[in-house]
Amino acid sequence: MSAPLSADLRAGIERLAARYPRKAAALLPVLHLVQNDRGFIGPDEEAEVAVLLGIGPIEVREVVTFYTMFRRRPAGRHLVQVCSNLSCTLMGGERILDYLKKNLAIGVGETTSDGRFTLTTVECLGACEQAPCLMIDFDYHGNLTEEKIEAILGGAA
Amino acid sequence: MDMNRSLEAYREAGGYQAARKALAAMTPAAVLDEVKKAGLRGRGGAGFPAGLKWSFVPAKTDKPKYLCVNADEGEPGTFKDRFILSHNPHALIEGSLIAAYAVGIHQAYVYIRGEYEMIARRLDQAVTEAYEKGFLGANILESGFSLDFGVHRGAGAYICGEETALLESLEGKRGHPRLKPPFPASVGLFGAPTVINNVETLANVPAIILHGADWFTAAGLPRDGGTRLFGVSGPVVRPGIYELPVGTSLREIIFSHAGGMLPGKRLKAVIPGGLSAPILRADEIDLKMDCDSLVAAGSMLGSGGIIVIDEATPILDVLFRVAKFYAHESCGQCTPCRLGTAWILKIVRRMASGNGVRGDVDELARLAAGIKGMTLCPMGDAAALPILGIIRKFKAELEG
Repeated sequence: MSAPLSADLRAGIERLAARYPRKAAALLPVLHLVQNDRGFIGPDEEAEVAVLLGIGPIEVREVVTFYTMFRRRPAGRHLVQVCSNLSCTLMGGERILDYLKKNLAIGVGETTSDGRFTLTTVECLGACEQAPCLMIDFDYHGNLTEEKIEAILGGAA
Repeated sequence: MDMNRSLEAYREAGGYQAARKALAAMTPAAVLDEVKKAGLRGRGGAGFPAGLKWSFVPAKTDKPKYLCVNADEGEPGTFKDRFILSHNPHALIEGSLIAAYAVGIHQAYVYIRGEYEMIARRLDQAVTEAYEKGFLGANILESGFSLDFGVHRGAGAYICGEETALLESLEGKRGHPRLKPPFPASVGLFGAPTVINNVETLANVPAIILHGADWFTAAGLPRDGGTRLFGVSGPVVRPGIYELPVGTSLREIIFSHAGGMLPGKRLKAVIPGGLSAPILRADEIDLKMDCDSLVAAGSMLGSGGIIVIDEATPILDVLFRVAKFYAHESCGQCTPCRLGTAWILKIVRRMASGNGVRGDVDELARLAAGIKGMTLCPMGDAAALPILGIIRKFKAELEG
């Protein structure tokens, strides 16, 4: 069992819900808020969100599992997402991914043993002029080289 | 389009004068007529005239009306809206204000893709500035007109760029497109009349109101006026965003504005309007970049995102990226798209691993043709057409 959502978080959810004519419309922003706080959205979080927004737990589950940004399990402290679509692969995106796999000694979808990094691929990030690019947490990095990746990883505690 | 991030810089460059003119000196009908006269075509992908879209909203209704700004920008190869949102957010806010005034809307939501978190925060700041200076909220510029404006984040689903999936998502549900009709103009967000426009489309509105439709149509073509933000990516010297008149030649964009191919690279093919736009061969780029010319060439202008492909790239790699994307992004609602994209990817993976069998390419074409026109929303065609295009143009290489 996870601990109940904090009073602050519940207040934040109520504030988001008040921005829409129907509370349920706040579901995506609310799930972002919960995930930023908890690191993931588990069954207990789903149930609490459902009560606060006046919908069924299944309606929350449907949304959590439909959208790729929502996680049902914890990830590493930093999420590294490498673009794997065409503009990036034309500019060497595969080499960037291979370098990260080798450097972090993990495969796509895995987390380093120290819990620092989770590595995934992602579809087009909308930064094609900087190909190849990746996103670490919410920050974009483009025109990637091996040296740049070293600096980015080094800067993430 | 000048680029000014802060409200102060935007106003110094003449920003919000168009809103002032519209609210103080023009009736909503006059604003609508001006945008219709400009023939402003949607910059999101479908190219539908914005003024006409606005005119479909019923004038008399007992429901609130909504404006939804489509900032989902998920079409691979497209990054122009990110550019506007980052560098010129007030053009979007002002354009939205004018659109809302023309249609009688008092609530707008920007649906912005989840990955654009940092940009959404910046947009939030711009919205707060606009509220503080009286360009949003109640009684805007003492006109009696009011508009509320909210920023709403998506969570990683290409399908939510489709307008009815966007509405479902904004209501807090899975992004499953709706059956049309009814169209959003009559039954949209929360069952109420709704206008949905792309970021770049709305960012064009202030200049149309300030300078007039004739000024706008002086650039571009008679049936497709103004400028567009073309995005160029791939192995060119200067990848980036280029604002150019509609109808500028594709060759000129790639070889003059984007500086041509990187040293040692030769042009093989171009995807001219985001990943869904059927591919063009290197000898097909003497082409005007406007909605109608691209359709006549068997492709589409789409989002204006130009992906440049070099000779060293096997066409099977391109096909794999296309197949992988649509299989991942199919929402699962319609069987032809859900199963078709999955089977196509399975065959393409087999070919890429060197285990292709005779007849694979024909089978891909058969599967893609089985998706085309068979789904609720345009995503079925968006998946099928680029695959059919690659097969049509590069069959010999795929079978070689």
